[in-house]
Amino acid sequence: MAVIALDQKAKPARPAKETAEARALRETPPGQWFPYAAPQPRERDNRDIAFSFRGISRKFGDKTVLDNIDLDVPAGQFIAVIGKSGCGKSTLLRLLTGLDKPTSGTLTVNKGAQGENRTRIMFQEPRLLPWAKIAKNVEVGLTGIAKGAEAREKSLAILNEVGLADRAEEWPSVLSGGQRQRVALARALVAHPYILALDEPLGALDALTRIEMQHLLESIWQQQTFTAVLVTHDVAEAVALADRVIVIDHGRIALDLDIPLERPRRHGSPDLARLEGKILDTLFGENK
Amino acid sequence: MKSTTQSILRNGTGWLLPALIVLAWEIAARTGLISPNVMAAPSAVAEAFWRLLLSGELVRNIGVSTARALSGFVIGGSIGLIFGLANGLSGLSRNLTDTTLQMVRNIPHLALIPLVILWFGIDEEAKLFLVALGVFFPIYVNTLLGIQSVDPQLVEMGRVYGMSRTTLFFRVILPGALPAIFVGLRYALGIMWLTLIVAETIAASSGLGYMAMQAREFLLIDVVVLSILIYALLGKLADSFARLLERLTLQWHPAFQTA
Repeated sequence: MAVIALDQKAKPARPAKETAEARALRETPPGQWFPYAAPQPRERDNRDIAFSFRGISRKFGDKTVLDNIDLDVPAGQFIAVIGKSGCGKSTLLRLLTGLDKPTSGTLTVNKGAQGENRTRIMFQEPRLLPWAKIAKNVEVGLTGIAKGAEAREKSLAILNEVGLADRAEEWPSVLSGGQRQRVALARALVAHPYILALDEPLGALDALTRIEMQHLLESIWQQQTFTAVLVTHDVAEAVALADRVIVIDHGRIALDLDIPLERPRRHGSPDLARLEGKILDTLFGENK
Repeated sequence: MKSTTQSILRNGTGWLLPALIVLAWEIAARTGLISPNVMAAPSAVAEAFWRLLLSGELVRNIGVSTARALSGFVIGGSIGLIFGLANGLSGLSRNLTDTTLQMVRNIPHLALIPLVILWFGIDEEAKLFLVALGVFFPIYVNTLLGIQSVDPQLVEMGRVYGMSRTTLFFRVILPGALPAIFVGLRYALGIMWLTLIVAETIAASSGLGYMAMQAREFLLIDVVVLSILIYALLGKLADSFARLLERLTLQWHPAFQTA
């Protein structure tokens, strides 16, 4: 793939018949083609940037919610954003997913080959269409990408991954809260997004379902190479899942911490506890 | 086997009370408790039914009334639906028309009968106009309400997933508004019969209301009672039809799921 990138200028004689995939790769600037076709190994030395914030501010009237944020996130990273409520972490996600526009600053987000939006968001609520069967709800994730039998096949495949293949023909109202959130995850992932933004998606679940969902999220993230941005108020969850934790306080990045622990991580291990303590200290000051 | 008997029982219980009332009524009439000048006995009504059925008068009048009711309903209902959808989706359209419509809504449409007779005489247009007007408002108000009460979180979700305006309307907004639209539909069906009866009683030369008025002139009390009963049956029929539609289109709704 790197070879193709270097050959941008030279343009060697192309093979007589070019596959659609190769053509998309050739026509896409190198900065945008991760992760186009094949899954790439998790350890890459030259990581592309999935998205970057440059001097981003967002004001609502007089109130500054985000103040001059600089943030680069490499493709494939699992980043968690923590902060007290009202600190601007949800606003950050809304900016990233295009639901809101920054007051100032530039935001660069990796787009698809045709410039299509490859960022997906998972909300705190499942937000399933109650009048559509589970499989149809997942197909919403393929709007403008696939239709009919193809969409059906893809949605069943992803439902299988979240362990709900046998519920494809049921109404959302008969599922439990955790199952609905799994359907929402399937819907967000069915189109293989580059970036998955998670807005406290596990906040409304009970403790056990929550741990189950964390494992599911981690394993799917390890299989599919997307960039995950998890907004949460649960420090333990952030430390257990993320490669990197960002703490936002009063609209600024107060802490940018790498979590270099190996996966799978065990809940309650001393390493996790130490990092958790460090983050809590940033949030509440180091008064003992 | 057991479930079929159970379902017959369940559906049958609704008819138990009307059957008892008819029985008590027949007994009261036979024993002279109710004078035949005040109320005809059920057997007399049945006789009148048979007589009018044989002469073809009944079928013709029911046909005329149903045709009027349905065409008025279709006209008024579709205009109401269009205005409801337009005003629910577009703020401009709502600002432009809603105040006017709300003012007109508060006029009892039957109060327009004298004016309508002046305009259209006692022809078909008069009845169509009144029925359409009566049906318009419940459909309009409930469609508007339904669209306004669609969960904004779902609409936002649709937008995030890149739905076009048309897709968003057909996949999210319309299904979300449907339960409220059905409430309007059932309400409108009731108003449809009510308006038609009044209009036919006052200004008509055919139809069920006309048949009842003619019978009153000749003191045929059995025919009067018969017309009233037929109205009740037709109303029930229309309501059952609306419920069937509801059942078919709102299968997803927890209230319509058979456990």
